Amino acid sequence: MQAEDVARLSAASLNAHRGRTGLILFAMTIAVASVVMLTALGEGARRFVTGEFAALGTHLLFVLPGRTETTGGPPPMLGETPEDLTLSDALALRRSHHVEAVAPIVVGSAPVTYRELEREASILGSTHALFEVRGLTMARGRFLVHGDPRRASPTCVLGEKVANELLRGRSPLGAWIRIGGYRCRVVGVLAAKGVSLGMDIADTVIVPVASAQSIFNTEGLFRVIVQARNRASIDDARTAILDILSERHGRADVTVLTQDAVLNTFDRILHALTLTVAGIAAVSLAVAGILIMNVMLVAVSQRTAEVGLLKALGARNRDVAAVFMAEAGLLALVGAALGLAVAGAVTWMLAQAVPQLPAGIPLWSAAAAVLIALGTGLTFGLLPARRAARLDPVRALAGR
Amino acid sequence: MIELDQVYRVFRVGDARVHALEAIVLTIQRGEYLAIQGPSGSGKSTLLNVIGLLDRPSSGHYRLDGVDTTALDEDAQAGIRQRKIGFVFQAFHLIPRMTAAQNVELPLILAGEQPTARRSRVADSLAALGLDDRADHRPDQLSGGQRQRVAIARAMVTGPEIILADEPTGNLDRASGRDVLTALEALNQKGITLLVVTHDSELAERARRRLQMVDGRIAADSSAAARAG
Repeated sequence: MQAEDVARLSAASLNAHRGRTGLILFAMTIAVASVVMLTALGEGARRFVTGEFAALGTHLLFVLPGRTETTGGPPPMLGETPEDLTLSDALALRRSHHVEAVAPIVVGSAPVTYRELEREASILGSTHALFEVRGLTMARGRFLVHGDPRRASPTCVLGEKVANELLRGRSPLGAWIRIGGYRCRVVGVLAAKGVSLGMDIADTVIVPVASAQSIFNTEGLFRVIVQARNRASIDDARTAILDILSERHGRADVTVLTQDAVLNTFDRILHALTLTVAGIAAVSLAVAGILIMNVMLVAVSQRTAEVGLLKALGARNRDVAAVFMAEAGLLALVGAALGLAVAGAVTWMLAQAVPQLPAGIPLWSAAAAVLIALGTGLTFGLLPARRAARLDPVRALAGR
Repeated sequence: MIELDQVYRVFRVGDARVHALEAIVLTIQRGEYLAIQGPSGSGKSTLLNVIGLLDRPSSGHYRLDGVDTTALDEDAQAGIRQRKIGFVFQAFHLIPRMTAAQNVELPLILAGEQPTARRSRVADSLAALGLDDRADHRPDQLSGGQRQRVAIARAMVTGPEIILADEPTGNLDRASGRDVLTALEALNQKGITLLVVTHDSELAERARRRLQMVDGRIAADSSAAARAG
């Protein structure tokens, strides 16, 4: 028998039993669609987080005070407490020619007051460099000016939400606000940029780093964001940072994280999550497979006389099996195609409804779903096909 | 040439052993026209199924054109059915969702023939039975006699040596029954061996050789009788 003829015979018999065919297709469609959609969601989450990191700016390094690596040695003795990372340390990093920009960061939370209105907001002390490093954009006014970062200046930049809620429609530019005991003039409002690693930039007030140090009465920096000259110089910059700070502190007591390392970790975790979720959804594929098997078994018993006839006409056992296997395979393939279409449509609608979540169907998941569907169909088609092939022709012709 | 030598076919029904065929010794030459008669349960259909390789003897030997078929596996037997044997059943056994032409094409598809070659053979076969204008009709659009003629077209499309017809007129009225038998006899005249199982004596009379079966045994064989007489 030629493959083309097997396919045509199977398609014709599927077409002749529309109710049964429709039922199986429905199950297969749901199964494949759920696998693909869940993967698309997982993939969307992954892309979301990756996107957030990219929004941080490009080729960045984060310098944190203290060593977080495990050394495997005995616990540190007294006096091993890491030294604070100071503003001078941060400024010293500019010496390396691998470093493009350095943004020292001090964060904290303090009540922000404008006339009789007061609200709690995140306070972020930094320099003009932050603007570029974080890829910020202004809605109105300007950012912190260039100048000696060691000097406090009574200016501040508001996040959009803080500006709206504190000033209630009044023009924020030029307004004087209080942060704790510190007075400053609003020089600009940031454009909305979304959530960035848990820090809502819209709910933040940015002040010069020296001002923040005096507000929170601290010498130490929360961290330093360093922008390398380009992607290729990230490793050199990392070495330079460690060298400079070791020299200044007398020992290596800082941790340097590269953006890539952090990104890769998140990427791996979310990829694993996506696979897990897809695996759970794959259970529904198995259920669809069992349905295929049951319905095919019924089909075999309904078409006993036909199987007997095929045998009388000279069909070998494997020809009979091939016809039934082809039916199972066709059901699985068409079901998978429909499932992909449904998943595509739902994902598209989701993308329209929740544009923040960049859900998309990864090619590997579409391919895997189709292959698994086909595999399931054929596996569960095997038993009915063998049963049909083994029918005794005389009894089968009599319809028994 | 069909040669059966001491063929037994025993069925087990509960504890009892039923001899559907008992010590059958039978030789049928190529091109013979043979009618097998007998009451229900006498083993006529079992004999036909054994000759058609749909059923295996419990013991004894069946040689077809000198080949001992009892030693062959299922696939080899299917191959012989495909090349040498055509079946015509009482219940027609046409596939209802297929047209007459598609039903006739089925054995050629199973034989793996090319589509172009298939089409002309199907057309020839249908024309030989006067069904040219019924090619695209489905079985439910055909009369009983027409259906059986489609089944005959299907049996002959592969150019078999033997046609086995089990009560081919059993579901038909007299007139269309005669038409169907005439069609079968026309094939016999072209040299195809024809075996017809029937309990209609009038139709059996038309065969050149008649077997009478009783309780799984050949009770009478007209050719043996002729030889003896």
